[in-house]
Amino acid sequence: MGAETAGDGPVNEILLGGVELRKSFGSTPALDGAALAVRPGEIVAIMGPSGSGKSTLLHCLAGIVAPDSGTVTFQGQDLARLSDRQRSALRRSEFGFVFQFGQLVPELSCVENVALPLRLSGVRRREAEKTALDWMARLEVESLGRKRPGEVSGGQGQRVAVARALVTAPKVIFADEPTGALDSLNGEQVMRLLVATARDSGAAVVLVTHEARVAAYSDREVVVRDGRTRQVELVP
Amino acid sequence: MSIGHALLGLLETGPRHGYDLKRVYDERFGHDRPLAYGQVYSTLSRLLRNGLVEESGVEPGGGPERKRYAITDAGVTDVADWLVTPENPQIYLQSALYTKVVLALMSGRDAEEVLDVQRSAHLRAMRGLVARKQQGDLTDQLICDHALFHLEADLRWLELTAARLGELAKEVDN
Repeated sequence: MGAETAGDGPVNEILLGGVELRKSFGSTPALDGAALAVRPGEIVAIMGPSGSGKSTLLHCLAGIVAPDSGTVTFQGQDLARLSDRQRSALRRSEFGFVFQFGQLVPELSCVENVALPLRLSGVRRREAEKTALDWMARLEVESLGRKRPGEVSGGQGQRVAVARALVTAPKVIFADEPTGALDSLNGEQVMRLLVATARDSGAAVVLVTHEARVAAYSDREVVVRDGRTRQVELVP
Repeated sequence: MSIGHALLGLLETGPRHGYDLKRVYDERFGHDRPLAYGQVYSTLSRLLRNGLVEESGVEPGGGPERKRYAITDAGVTDVADWLVTPENPQIYLQSALYTKVVLALMSGRDAEEVLDVQRSAHLRAMRGLVARKQQGDLTDQLICDHALFHLEADLRWLELTAARLGELAKEVDN
């Protein structure tokens, strides 16, 4: 047991690693030496009470927030050494995101929402929407293509968001409380499909949740408390 | 719940008579089910036989209630191992877990570790149920869901306890 390091295995097995991450907002410390190592295709749950720093850890790992100190690497590359433009391109092509609320653009149809990351990467509309519809079918929401996000249920909207996160075939999906606004049945459906599609496509998932039933879909969990990570290795 | 381990944990704070042990145990952990004297003395003789406690003095008058018991080095190791060995995940664990957390705090050990290993053991059991659910029919799913909700309730209690460790430590100190 102890703090996780990115040096637990051969370096080439680590897809995404954060070491000694510290981050404060004003005088409030959010991360205080947190660490996490994610291997390709692995599903890791980040658990912890509200305010423990788990979302900040996700944001640092995803390159959304720069840590005050410490290093985040993706495929061995230090994110801090990338320009803003390179980091944005990385987030668009290699990372997918699913949040709890408000992630779909209300003015666009569901298929346009799913196709958006491809369109931003320069893919033509027809091809982007065809790929988007394929992913929507895997998430069992292909019939909602022409509807707007305001016309679909919360659970359907989250499945559309998962399709959008997967549409660029990213290597990592960052999911921050993806079922937080859903009832048990819809939450379970979202998790089942998120995990199944991520496993099929070989994407790793970094899943922030405070719900044990959601974390039970992961391969392992890391607990964040007071900005520090703790992980437990049980004897098999 | 392992009464033997609980008594050993209490002996870590210093040697005690059997009567004294029963009193402290009942105060801390025996709210609904106080220990019977017979159980205290039979447990102590087993611990003695296994070298986990030793007699540390006998007061005049004789009889088992006059003997004082002290924990041995082997006993300390045994308690330490027990505290960080998760309980088999099953519903209504709070009594065993509560005892472990209090004893860890009383002995200055890392009570968070007790909770961490238990969380991991629970999640491992829950992962097994999720996998079974995904392969099973509706009946399987409903049976697994029942177990999952109960294990989740345990974990919610565990997280609340983790958040209150500081408070609990103060109370244990008193």
